[in-house]
Amino acid sequence: MSLTLLNVIVAVVIAIAFAALNAAYLVWAERRGAARIQRRPGPNINGPFGLFQPPLDGVKLMAKQLMIPGDVDKALFMVAPVLAMAPAILSFVTIPFSEIIVAHNFNIGVLMIFAFASMGGMSLLFAGWSSRNKYAVMSSVRAVSQAIAYEIPMLITAITVVMIAGTTDLMGIVHNQMGGIWHWNIFPFKNGLFNPLMLMSFLIFFTCSLAETNRAPFDLGEAESELVAGFHTEYGSMGFGLFFMGEYANIVIGASLTTILFLGGWDSPFALFPGVWWFLLKVYLLIATFIWIRWTFPRTTIYGLLNLSWKILIPLSLFNLLLTAGLLKVF
Amino acid sequence: MTAPIQIKSGETFTLNVGPQHPATHGVLRVKMDMDGEYIVNAETVIGYIHRMHEKMGELKTYPQFLMNLSRMDYLGALGYSHGHVLLVEKAAGIEVPERAEYIRAITVELNRIASHLFWFGAFVMDLGGFSPLMYALQDREYILDMLEGITGSRLTYCYYRFGGLYNDVDDTFLAAARRFIPRMRKSLKKYHKLVTGNIIFRKRLEGIAPLTQEICRKYGATSAVARGSGINFDVRKNEPYSVYPEFDFDIPVYHECDSLARYNVRMEEMEQSLRIIEQGLDKLPDGPVMPEKKPRIKIPPGDYYQAVETARGSFGIRLVSDGGKNPYRLKLRSPTYSNMHLFDESCRGMLIMDALAFMGSLDLVIPEIDR
Amino acid sequence: MIREKILQELQGLFPQAAEPAKTPPPSDVASEAETEKKKPKKEEPRANGVIERDYKVHGYHIDAQVSVDQLLGAVNILDKLEFFIESITGVDWIKEDQLEVIYDFSRYDFDLCRVVIRTRVPRKDPSVPTITEIYAGANWHERETHDFFGIKFEGHPHLIPLLLPEDADFHPLLKDYKA
Repeated sequence: MSLTLLNVIVAVVIAIAFAALNAAYLVWAERRGAARIQRRPGPNINGPFGLFQPPLDGVKLMAKQLMIPGDVDKALFMVAPVLAMAPAILSFVTIPFSEIIVAHNFNIGVLMIFAFASMGGMSLLFAGWSSRNKYAVMSSVRAVSQAIAYEIPMLITAITVVMIAGTTDLMGIVHNQMGGIWHWNIFPFKNGLFNPLMLMSFLIFFTCSLAETNRAPFDLGEAESELVAGFHTEYGSMGFGLFFMGEYANIVIGASLTTILFLGGWDSPFALFPGVWWFLLKVYLLIATFIWIRWTFPRTTIYGLLNLSWKILIPLSLFNLLLTAGLLKVF
Repeated sequence: MTAPIQIKSGETFTLNVGPQHPATHGVLRVKMDMDGEYIVNAETVIGYIHRMHEKMGELKTYPQFLMNLSRMDYLGALGYSHGHVLLVEKAAGIEVPERAEYIRAITVELNRIASHLFWFGAFVMDLGGFSPLMYALQDREYILDMLEGITGSRLTYCYYRFGGLYNDVDDTFLAAARRFIPRMRKSLKKYHKLVTGNIIFRKRLEGIAPLTQEICRKYGATSAVARGSGINFDVRKNEPYSVYPEFDFDIPVYHECDSLARYNVRMEEMEQSLRIIEQGLDKLPDGPVMPEKKPRIKIPPGDYYQAVETARGSFGIRLVSDGGKNPYRLKLRSPTYSNMHLFDESCRGMLIMDALAFMGSLDLVIPEIDR
Repeated sequence: MIREKILQELQGLFPQAAEPAKTPPPSDVASEAETEKKKPKKEEPRANGVIERDYKVHGYHIDAQVSVDQLLGAVNILDKLEFFIESITGVDWIKEDQLEVIYDFSRYDFDLCRVVIRTRVPRKDPSVPTITEIYAGANWHERETHDFFGIKFEGHPHLIPLLLPEDADFHPLLKDYKA
């Protein structure tokens, strides 16, 4: 894409609009999905199938009084929600939806997205610390240790994919997988490269995205029944709204990244009509799985969570990394 | 997980769980001294919903007190009423027709299943799984509909009278009860597949809060808390009352002493209650449900005691009478009071999320503690 | 059977009772009703001792009235024989100017035996030794009895109001308490 200012602005605005719409309507999807699993209707009053629910909720959140408790650390308190939302939206700028639909493609796309994801972890810390509330502090401690623990296997599996593709450019990674379902990184056969552990890498990456976005069964940060509302207890109206939307935007980013790294991006399973519709289909299938998992499983303990990451996922992903490196060298 | 009792960081902070908290199932406050996520000391503060039922027992006549009992443990109200009417009938020497006793047993067991279903949903929700609550409440709705047809209430029943019942059951109830039994068995299988076999759920509960038999004995714990620790105690078998000797049912006892054992005990109790209901419906005799002459309640001076097995344990009433129209003293021994008491001592050294899972496995209903 | 054993052991607390404790006439409904119709003569207060009760009427087996000093001995006997504490409560006998503390014990096994231990204290400055050292579960029961009757349990680790508000200084279940 040419770098004229107008193009850049239009592209960025479209990316942000996509992110915001997704974040809003994912709430609707989650509520309907949860209701379906729990045998009840879900939002169906406001508009057909409850589709007007998100904008009305947004209006309600904006109209509420923005309360800041007296004792908090004002600067950190107000920065935290913004810091939760901004990196997620910014990451959208670099995700390629198809061959031609990408806001601005960096040649270090993978690295950039992970850098932004780490910034999101800081918002947890700011929110919990500045709230001067013991529950918030406890929950943010848990959430930060979880975020750090699960970034590592995520990065390692991403490096595995980068090694196979030979580039950190997201479009380059997708180009490497073009040509039908057998070329996708999730399957072992690729250009003579036989790696049976790629499916396991996909599962590790998927689990880590669940954990990075604080989704059940890894939602100790906002465990409702124990810590009231976790690190965002003291936030009301738009502060809460920003955290909320930031979480859903992160979910979309996580699903998009999984699709690009493992499922072939916008490639179609039989190499017919590749395009943005395949990308969106895969992303939404993954998001439906996220929602399904959330409403089925209870929460893990903090030690179960950390043990899973440090003792199981990291060794497995390291092993896969070494195996891939070895196979790449040999074949 | 090993439990460090010594404080690692050198200082503790006080965390107040409740009285308004999503996990405490009522107004209960636990003042915890914490070292990071570990509990160093816990002190339970109760009394937020204390309504002094025992004083009301002295100021009201015997029939007027009937409705107080369902306000104590509102989830298993019929068990409490049963204890009270059995006590007064025993003390005053009133004969109860057999049909009334069978219907009492059937309705108490239905209420026990309803209470355990609610406990199941709330317990799994405490652990983070939000969906089984909806399924459990759906099943509970069937029971509530059945009982509403004969008693008129959905939650706080006042169905038993001294001498029998005030209303006989009709065919709608009997047919609905028969339909309910296979449906509930199917649901129980579903719950076992969805929840009991789930590895995340098992990891949350295995080995958490082991309670030895000695600590159960020192605190007087009954019901699933004792039976999960290997104590074979159920008032229906150890101290039979009403028509329970006629029924053939088992008492589930598990020996692992952890929260998973208590969970398993309650799930199996539901199955055994279904057996009792089936047998009760088969053996239901015809006849009146109240004696022909209205019974006069004349209780000779002395004191009397009756224990029944409710959903939460052994509920006991002690009546001290001086021959008058009102009881001289009416003491209500609530099972959750004794069960809750062991929380303070046993939760030292636990993580807070384990302590909250422990509270859920004790099956607390706070108005019953506070009376 | 445990009943004979516990009867023997509790009677051992009363060495001066040369004759075995007399069982009062079985307190069934008929005779009591008759006695009530007659003019009630002044009944003697019950002496300390162990009585067996009719389970079918009263709901418990053994009834022991002890003095305040014998209380810990009696509770120790029960603890050694594996009873569990069911509840502790009080009764206000305002006509006799006494408060009674009632301890209920029961068993977990099938050898059923319910034991009730009573002790009487005067209404002014009532004080009873605590049994929390023997049964830790007595902690809350004694706090509740203190809340309702004002009975002080000596040696109790934490005798503050349990069910009543922390600053309550009234005792509702006393017969002369007017709300």
